[in-house]
Amino acid sequence: MTTIQATGLHKSYGSSVALSGIDLSVPEGRILGLIGPNGAGKTPLLNAILGLTACNGSLTVLGRDPWTQRDQLMADVAFIADVAVLPRWMQVSDAMDFVAGVHPRFNRAKAEAFLARTTIKRSSKVRELSKGMVAQLHLALVLSIDAKLLVLDEPTLGLDILFRKQFYDSLLNDYFDHHRTILITTHQIDEIQYILTDLLFIDRGKLVFGCSTEEFETRYLELTVNPGQISAAQALKPIQARQTFGRTILLYDRVPREQLLPLGDVRTPSIADVFVAFVGNPSQPAPLSPPASTSAPMPSSNPGAAR
Amino acid sequence: MTPQTDALPTSLPNTADQSAPTARISEARRLYWSIRRELWENRSLYVAPLVVAALILLGFTYATLHIPVDTVLFTTTVNNNGMVSHESHGFDPIRVYTLAADLIMATTFLVGIFYCLDALYTERRDRSILFWKSLPISDLTTVLSKAAIPLVLLPLLTWALTVVIQTLMLVISLTVFHARGLDTTALRTQLPLAQNALMLLYHLLAIYVLWYAPIWCWLLLVSAWARRSPLLWATLPPVALAVLEVITLHSTRVFAFLNYRIHGPTGIDFHVVRVSQGVGVMSMSSKMQLTPAQFLGIPGLWAGLALAAFFLAAADQLRRYRSPI
Repeated sequence: MTTIQATGLHKSYGSSVALSGIDLSVPEGRILGLIGPNGAGKTPLLNAILGLTACNGSLTVLGRDPWTQRDQLMADVAFIADVAVLPRWMQVSDAMDFVAGVHPRFNRAKAEAFLARTTIKRSSKVRELSKGMVAQLHLALVLSIDAKLLVLDEPTLGLDILFRKQFYDSLLNDYFDHHRTILITTHQIDEIQYILTDLLFIDRGKLVFGCSTEEFETRYLELTVNPGQISAAQALKPIQARQTFGRTILLYDRVPREQLLPLGDVRTPSIADVFVAFVGNPSQPAPLSPPASTSAPMPSSNPGAAR
Repeated sequence: MTPQTDALPTSLPNTADQSAPTARISEARRLYWSIRRELWENRSLYVAPLVVAALILLGFTYATLHIPVDTVLFTTTVNNNGMVSHESHGFDPIRVYTLAADLIMATTFLVGIFYCLDALYTERRDRSILFWKSLPISDLTTVLSKAAIPLVLLPLLTWALTVVIQTLMLVISLTVFHARGLDTTALRTQLPLAQNALMLLYHLLAIYVLWYAPIWCWLLLVSAWARRSPLLWATLPPVALAVLEVITLHSTRVFAFLNYRIHGPTGIDFHVVRVSQGVGVMSMSSKMQLTPAQFLGIPGLWAGLALAAFFLAAADQLRRYRSPI
């Protein structure tokens, strides 16, 4: 089943374009990282998916139109828009009561058990909790909802690295079950690389790149060129070149490792390296957009195979 | 802060309870929880009237204890229409009962005004709207739950509190008078408390709820729309419009419209005996002279209710479109 299906999504605020022709198809059971620089359109895209903003084009999430059916959709979708949005006046126990009262898929026992492992008191108000504790509470609420789609917009912003690591581990090990879909945005790409099944780069309102992490690992190679072999390396058509400590580092797409090995040190680049190659160079045409724009940029490979 | 405080549990609890989250939740239940959350967030809605009521009781008790023994309280006559008229001689107990009812109503009215101006504004300012919208509650349910506060809960609270306070005042008077050997006949026979409770209910339903519905809903609409200072946006534009009309057209239609909405239709006396601070209050000894049929026959009432419905629908749409401030 397709979790998110978008065609030609367009959104502008006055003269500034936030989303410009987004085509997207996300099957169920994926963990998708939406990656882009500030102002690239990540939040407008998530807001459209969550029914928080209207936009042009066609969009269905779990078979529903998010803008007109947000309340029904939210029975199957959980999201954290920002760690700081829990109402500050609310008591922890009130928050649990309220979500249990209005959400058909909230498992209170699970949330209680989650909170029992923290130092959060039921009688505390949100304003009395530390930033980390507010995030814990919000995660306890959201992860206790048996949702088909979980959307996390910078869920760990401002939290320390220990917390972030534990959070992503628990998301992968305890929450994800191949029937849910998780959509995450973050600036700390490399921290979540290992949990993702799919990558999506967004820049200036357009999806500029999309592939599964499996494919990513086989497709891209980074070569630190031996001095004197630069012209041979250039002949293999790298997609990006940069200089570090006086050496040239080239990034290749779909060039066999055997061809590169004689030319220098070869390694698998991080997502951040490839991201910079796609987004950091405005003059470069988006590799995936023009030829493949009619089809969805997400490869719809077998959902269970990736992880 | 202990090191543990910020630590996330390394794994989520593995509860066997998988069957629980399947129940269907009705819209009525969501409305009920939404109203409960309004009361959690805005405790002043009931705390302020309760404090005022407590102060009234304290003051009344003090005053009752200090009445000179030889006071001639008042002489009362009841005419054929059941209208109670009284001639007081200095100390007037009925007036105190009226004042108590006025004070409680004025308090809930003021609390209601500030509540409405905050209702759809604060959730955008503190971004908590993003949390509320992550739950399966429609914007309409939310807006209706907020409208229910001034249109249902506050009038009921006003009524219940007034009845309780007036009864307690009577009990206090009777006890003190009895203990001091004063005549309690007038108190027992002349205070139409039960009749008054019914009339207060009618007054609250007619004026507080139905006649003022467009005002409450206007305040909610402004709170859903304003990016800042909802109080100013709710009050200044209508006043400015009225002044502008006077200056440019030398007519006072806008003023007349506002006046009509606040004070009721001219020519038809609501028998709100004193109109103090713009708040219509009912006298203990008065009746609302309009019968329900007469009241329901006022076109302005229905126009106002239609306007109120329009304001609520607009607030519902604004809540969909407005993003956090």
